[in-house]
Amino acid sequence: MVDWIVFVAGTLIALSGAIGVVTLRNPVHAALSLVLTLFGVAVLFVAQAAHFLAVVQVIVYAGAVVVLFLFVIMLLGVDRDEANIGVEPLRAQRPAAAVIGVAAAGLLLALSRVSFTTGAPSTAGAADGPGTNVEKIADSVFTRYVYAFEITSVLLVIAVVGAVLLARKPKPLTDEVAA
Amino acid sequence: MTQAQGAVLVDKASSGPGGQWFLAVAAVLFTIGMVGLLLRRNVIVMFMCVELMLNAVNLTFVTFAKMLNDIGGQVVVFFILVVAAAEVVVGLGIIVSIFRRRKIGTTADSAVLLKG
Repeated sequence: MVDWIVFVAGTLIALSGAIGVVTLRNPVHAALSLVLTLFGVAVLFVAQAAHFLAVVQVIVYAGAVVVLFLFVIMLLGVDRDEANIGVEPLRAQRPAAAVIGVAAAGLLLALSRVSFTTGAPSTAGAADGPGTNVEKIADSVFTRYVYAFEITSVLLVIAVVGAVLLARKPKPLTDEVAA
Repeated sequence: MTQAQGAVLVDKASSGPGGQWFLAVAAVLFTIGMVGLLLRRNVIVMFMCVELMLNAVNLTFVTFAKMLNDIGGQVVVFFILVVAAAEVVVGLGIIVSIFRRRKIGTTADSAVLLKG
């Protein structure tokens, strides 16, 4: 019974936040709705015994990523309502989006009722059994997936360097100086 | 693995919601993100919709990790989180560099510089 209450609460939080991201006109409000969704997904992670990922989700996503979004919104100065949200530059874009959305929802919901598993045993280790969730993830990350783990550190360095290069102030002669 | 083959997808805890419920939620979340990506024209909000879709996929991975009793699903989500963080940093850097050098709005329609 408690499981159902947690599931319904997490689902309501996540889906209402998602609808807020899509419908709210102010980008700041959309970013705050995104926090709601990320928190709801974290609740659903806890409901499935993924405690480590729930904590990381709240810290990294709801903390760092959304703050980064808000930072860029404020930097670009777009923290007010979009005036032209009703304008439709492409003809029939909205009906097409609605049709595609309904089709995709139907397809995904149908797929979620079917299972294609082979029944083969897991190679990364069991998710239940003795030990905490953190220990089991650490066992897997630092043994079986250790090369992938090292490569992600390279990826992060590349991303940092790329972001610095991209966000540098442009040379004055290329365009009008923005700032 | 002590689990019997063929019975992998049967949930052990019968009191709570089964994995299919979580998969359905993930499907709805992914669809909302996709429709938002198609409808919204503010680039930053479109990027948030991409994050919604990423989170739906993460929820699917965690659900299958539970259903198949395999910690690999959760490890994959861990790596997806790292890659998503890198993606957000680079993506927002691109958005800033596009929209800072020209004083225009931040809708996707404004970025027509590459149009032939």
